[in-house]
Amino acid sequence: MRFSTVRVLCLTIVMCGAARGARAQDTTFKQGVQLTLRYAPGTRPGIVVLPISGPHGDSLRAILQRDFDYGDRITIIPTDLPTVAAAAASDGLTINYPLFAKLGAAGLVQVTWSSDAVARVAVHNVSQQKVERTQDFPLAGDPNGEGGAQEWRLSVHAMADELESWITAVRGIAATRILYSSGGRIWQIDSDGANSTPLSGAAMAMSPSWHPRGSHVAYSAMGGTGNWQVILREAGGATRSLSATPGGQNITPVFSPDGTTLVYSHARESGNDLYAVNPFMPDAVRKITVGRGSDNMSPTFSPDGRQLAFTTNRTGRPEVYISDADGTNAELLTSFGGDQSYNSNPDWSPDGRAIAYQSQVAGRFQVITIGLRDRSPKRLTSDGINEDPSWAPDSRHIVFTSNRAGTPQLFVLDVESGRTRQLTHSAVKVRTGDWSLHLKR
Amino acid sequence: MTFRAQRLLVLGVLVFAAAPACRKKQPESAPTPVSNNTPPETCDQRCRDSIAAADAKRRQDSIAAATAAATEARNRAAAAMRATLGEKVFFDYDQSMLTDESRLALDRKLPILRANAALRLRISGHCDERGSDEYNIALGQRRAAAVKRYLMDQGIDAGRLDIVSFGEEQPAVQGGTEDAFAQNRRAEFEITAGGENLTAPR
Repeated sequence: MRFSTVRVLCLTIVMCGAARGARAQDTTFKQGVQLTLRYAPGTRPGIVVLPISGPHGDSLRAILQRDFDYGDRITIIPTDLPTVAAAAASDGLTINYPLFAKLGAAGLVQVTWSSDAVARVAVHNVSQQKVERTQDFPLAGDPNGEGGAQEWRLSVHAMADELESWITAVRGIAATRILYSSGGRIWQIDSDGANSTPLSGAAMAMSPSWHPRGSHVAYSAMGGTGNWQVILREAGGATRSLSATPGGQNITPVFSPDGTTLVYSHARESGNDLYAVNPFMPDAVRKITVGRGSDNMSPTFSPDGRQLAFTTNRTGRPEVYISDADGTNAELLTSFGGDQSYNSNPDWSPDGRAIAYQSQVAGRFQVITIGLRDRSPKRLTSDGINEDPSWAPDSRHIVFTSNRAGTPQLFVLDVESGRTRQLTHSAVKVRTGDWSLHLKR
Repeated sequence: MTFRAQRLLVLGVLVFAAAPACRKKQPESAPTPVSNNTPPETCDQRCRDSIAAADAKRRQDSIAAATAAATEARNRAAAAMRATLGEKVFFDYDQSMLTDESRLALDRKLPILRANAALRLRISGHCDERGSDEYNIALGQRRAAAVKRYLMDQGIDAGRLDIVSFGEEQPAVQGGTEDAFAQNRRAEFEITAGGENLTAPR
């Protein structure tokens, strides 16, 4: 809408060109990309982030460029080419728009300093040769500080997300973090792979899950008595175990979208059922599934909180079912049939349209998505064993565990383009990733 | 706990060969040593004292040897019982039903459990690595519960049997072969109480 003239032009070009055909097979074509010029591959507008002055200008610029790149909606035009460097070297008053246009840039991001901790960002529309929008972004934290560096980076990521929504009409996913388990601990890592930090001590812990506001983390861990417990961790680090169903086994907790309900899987002896409880006040625990000795686990909420998807073997083999949030109206979602069928670990996309899960194909798990409207499964992976998918808030990227590079690590896949990057680089096995919603705006 | 379980296993392997033999053997009673040292005519008091001392020493040594033999036999028998209690049972893929072989292994534990009322076991269920990590925690629980239920059905008190699940977190054998998978789909047994002075079943 902001770049409406350009959009008409670029849409025409993109629709007519071969670019659309070059996209991955599982793409649904989305309109709404504003800045594309003919030099941009696909529908990703070319953007130049001009060099940024000041002591942290270089790292700020590097983070912005990486965030735009990882969002997979913007093409960063490298400025190490001499011609670009020359154009980029302009002082901000005399921008050589025709030169940037020749280089394929639809827009320029220009950051100056309004004060020490406030970045003033201008986004230029190259074809119209004007500044499209300007805003001041206060940056929290301290890039050099011990604890402040993480906060500073998160502010920069939030700025990148906002700029991405100016340019593409879709908010970026940089100001997010991914929880995972590794070496028996729960960890968090920034969406760009920085700041991997352990959140729990060494124990047997897995299946971490974000509170929708990022204020709490829930996970399951084996206690001293050998029982699996659901642990609630506050952002400050205080933890307590959920006592709604003491003893037995308490695993795979997940928060409802409004953050007031925790659904998890509990077994006294044999047979796991899903239970719901308000973890923040004394509350009667509600049993959701009636498994009659079968196992029901790994729940995920629909974004409106009205439905659940979960893994159950009530018909013999593990399959993904959907039910209302109170457990009624359960129906089979996945069905590949046969005794070897194994579908599990569902994750509902934040836009509500699809569920990602893992399915055994020739004895190896692969990540599959299934559209809820047409119920048609799409396989996303084939290299190695791939499991535990979790959606990013843009419903376009998925984090999952893969052994494609050796020891299982987390990878991020752009479902639209098929582009994949490795997120964690640990010496030991990494798994059960959970992608947060936006942690800062 | 892993370490204890491993130690139990090692002990079991070491003792297993000797086990059938020593189970049949009754503890030897200490033989009364008979002195055939009749003192010669010329033997004076000093001489007689010396002979008596030698006899006493011989008697003591003999009793010590017999006691040691009895203790060793008891230890061997106890180790054999612990090995039998620690004998693992195995499961089919994605199954928690007991196989005939598993039932036989559990039947061997029953007399020991019956003869030692203070014995408590922790049964831990394990899985191979092919399933989902989360699903396998539930599957391990079902396996441990199936073992517990069988022992209860044979009259063992539920309060003496704790169950836990390790899912696929603690494989017995590393590797991605069918053989490794089969060895990892198991229930293990750890003595949590009453394992010090085991009484052999009659």
